[in-house]
Amino acid sequence: MSYAIEASGLTKRFGSTQALAGVDLAAEAGTVLGVLGPNGAGKTTAVRILATLLRADSGSATVAGFDVAAQPHKVRQQIGLTGQYASVDEDLTGTQNLRMIGELLNLSGRDAKARAAELLAWFDLAEAANRPAKTYSGGMRRRLDLAASLVGRPAVIFLDEPTTGLDPAKREDMWEVVRRLISDGSTVLLTTQYLEEADALADEISVIDRGRVIAHDTPDGLKRVVGGLRLAVRPVEEAALAEVGRILATISGGRPEVSGRGKLTVPVESDLALTDAVARLGNAGIAVTELSLHLPSLDEVFFTLTGRRAETDEEDAA
Amino acid sequence: MTATLTPTPSPVATAPVIGRRSIATTVRHAVVIARRSLIKLTRTPEQLIDVTLQPAIFLFMFTYIFGGALGGGSRHAYVQFLVPGLLGQSIAMAGVALGQNLNADIEKGVFDRFRSLPIARSAPLVGAVLADVIRYVTVCLMFAIFGTLVGFRVETNLLAALAAFALSIAFALCFCWISVTVGMLARTSGSVQGIMFLLVLPLSFGSNTFVSVSTMPGWLQAFVHNNPISHLVSCVRGLMVGGPVAHDLYWTLGWMLALLVVFVPLALRGYNKRA
Repeated sequence: MSYAIEASGLTKRFGSTQALAGVDLAAEAGTVLGVLGPNGAGKTTAVRILATLLRADSGSATVAGFDVAAQPHKVRQQIGLTGQYASVDEDLTGTQNLRMIGELLNLSGRDAKARAAELLAWFDLAEAANRPAKTYSGGMRRRLDLAASLVGRPAVIFLDEPTTGLDPAKREDMWEVVRRLISDGSTVLLTTQYLEEADALADEISVIDRGRVIAHDTPDGLKRVVGGLRLAVRPVEEAALAEVGRILATISGGRPEVSGRGKLTVPVESDLALTDAVARLGNAGIAVTELSLHLPSLDEVFFTLTGRRAETDEEDAA
Repeated sequence: MTATLTPTPSPVATAPVIGRRSIATTVRHAVVIARRSLIKLTRTPEQLIDVTLQPAIFLFMFTYIFGGALGGGSRHAYVQFLVPGLLGQSIAMAGVALGQNLNADIEKGVFDRFRSLPIARSAPLVGAVLADVIRYVTVCLMFAIFGTLVGFRVETNLLAALAAFALSIAFALCFCWISVTVGMLARTSGSVQGIMFLLVLPLSFGSNTFVSVSTMPGWLQAFVHNNPISHLVSCVRGLMVGGPVAHDLYWTLGWMLALLVVFVPLALRGYNKRA
């Protein structure tokens, strides 16, 4: 078994903040490792260490078989990095941004230009190719940023919260892009605050909290622990809660829980539960203001794993 | 705009680009990054105000406001004294913006990309310094134009005057590494300017730029005689209006070397630490 990314015991302290307190990560070549955690958990710090931007205080890591501390130059030949904040040059056009990266990667002027055109077309940015990046929308910037990290055809790609701040439709577009990177055989480390995103893209997920990995599993394994799909129903009349509870019990077999005011949530097996619930609630003549099917939120995941709410720290330790 | 991705060639796959590492490669990378700075300059040409209008204002101010008094009656004699001096001072000031811009740039994340690429760590800084040459050339151009306007005349020959400009630009390329270093160490780009002014103002006024050193008290003369800007100014004066150059040229070149030896490693260390 060969790991494209392997880290053990990484620690990093910034002043009085222990950003990483002994993190182990591993991703087999050609797979996607999802690193799930709230703001300030240490995700970005871990990525910056693996991408050779930062040195760990202790611990070791290899990327594509090279030691990040001892052979950073070798590592840099193998990686692509897409930061949390799109790091494209706003004054440069899409083409200029990508050509610059190509030339820094020792492509000839002509090859750099061709590669830029290829990537811009691939990311649906051809029309905006000659406009300064500051005129781009948020989604376009993310795509340009991702394109910039792919110029050198990296074997290992770091995606640090690639969809944070994007609206849901753009998020799914980004997922499609990531899936195609994977099908090309790259190894991807993806950090995210959404279980849904990790579930959609990752082969394995490491959950990270306060600089430590608190769980590592496949998406299915993790969902077995934290619960998979949940169906939530909020009837118009609170008096109907008991009746709703009975209906939900027949759908899922599980015991409905009251979550929030006048809302019942129950674990379900499949997407079909939603249509089933609509039909049964309709037959019983119960009006609802909310009916949804969702994976546990990061909050719920953390509550299950740690028994407390995720502590979001606005200032993500850089 | 929705991302309807065209299902064609793969974005990754095939062999990775192999990065070679040599001085020639680093220089080439630096040139690529310098081009980036120049593109940015064309987008915001107002960045050139401090190397165009500012020296012109200084020149007019000292010529017409102070010139009569400082020149002991002969404004022309003072202009012949002032212009070479002011060139030296302006060229030292021209580097201030570099550290400021680099500081702001690094905050924005583009440098994270540079750091993750298999290029020499020095390439982004060297590239930024290379691009700054355009600003130093602009300063020289301004002095050629506005100096002539206020009545300055080269008393040696064109070649010597061009040598004076070349020396000034070369000096600026060494002196600006102070600014780069401060840019790496300061926490905000605003403070870069403050720190640089604290450093550059005593050096530029505590020199032979505006008045003859013999009018100063002895302790100050000691400072002025060892000030790199004084040596540069003496060289430029010698080359433009005549007089001995060799002694000050050695001192200037020595200072340039010393600035590079001290501040290039300091700047690089600051850059590496600033991750």
